[in-house]
Amino acid sequence: MNEKQLLLNKIKKYSFALKELNLYLDTHPNCRRALALFQQYKELRDKGENEFNEKFGPLTPEQSTCTQRWNWIDDPWPWERR
Amino acid sequence: MWIYEKKLQYPVNIKTPNAKLAKVIISQLGGPDGELAASLRYLNQRYSMPYAEVKGLLTDIGTEELAHVEMVSAILYQLTKDLSTEEIKASGFDTYFVDHTAGIYPIAASGVPFTAAYFQSKGDIITDLHENLAAEQKARTTYDNILRLADDPDVRDPIRFLREREIVHFQRFGEALRITQDKLDSKNFYACNPSFDKNCGIK
Repeated sequence: MNEKQLLLNKIKKYSFALKELNLYLDTHPNCRRALALFQQYKELRDKGENEFNEKFGPLTPEQSTCTQRWNWIDDPWPWERR
Repeated sequence: MWIYEKKLQYPVNIKTPNAKLAKVIISQLGGPDGELAASLRYLNQRYSMPYAEVKGLLTDIGTEELAHVEMVSAILYQLTKDLSTEEIKASGFDTYFVDHTAGIYPIAASGVPFTAAYFQSKGDIITDLHENLAAEQKARTTYDNILRLADDPDVRDPIRFLREREIVHFQRFGEALRITQDKLDSKNFYACNPSFDKNCGIK
């Protein structure tokens, strides 16, 4: 696995933790422990996404910082085989 | 509104095409208990939900189901990429190929195109939550059946992830039903629809 795939997998893991906490908090909105974990994983995810954006390009159109070329459209797209 | 993220929720990397398998997995895209029906079910139901927890949950699970639509579509795309005409004929994929080539189109494994008849939005929180609990179990059973038919570990891995999500969603919908019944039970003994009956049947 190359650096890009490793970093993207790390982001996927953090995003998954956030999604799980998100659904749990929907039905347990006063759980302090889940609230703290949510903030903790959000920080890790944001850090990972910033690093990914700098090295390999944006994960959402609005993350794009390029002023020369619209790199949002660059291959590969998520459904494509590695 | 929604924002697209250029990543799958869980990785899909299938090295070996297998059109025969795609013919059955397509049911989890456009079949009766598939991910498209799941997403539309929850995103349509949320408007008549009286309680904040349930509005949030339907929005968030409905959104996650869209990510599952994308994962199932990625599995189908990778399973049917670079097939020869011979492979298409031998696998029985020719009946799909004749209408769609290798494009992704939501149908059930039987060939029936996707229809909104696969889900309900009944405008009653108790009714809708029971529908959702059943829907998650039906989808789990379908994934169990796919796992009985699929040998390729590259396919089984993301399918097992999707199966696990059905179980988590079932758990959360169960909690939503408990929250709802706790709120209803205080005065609304007969479980009248709180989003329509203004006094919940109580004078």
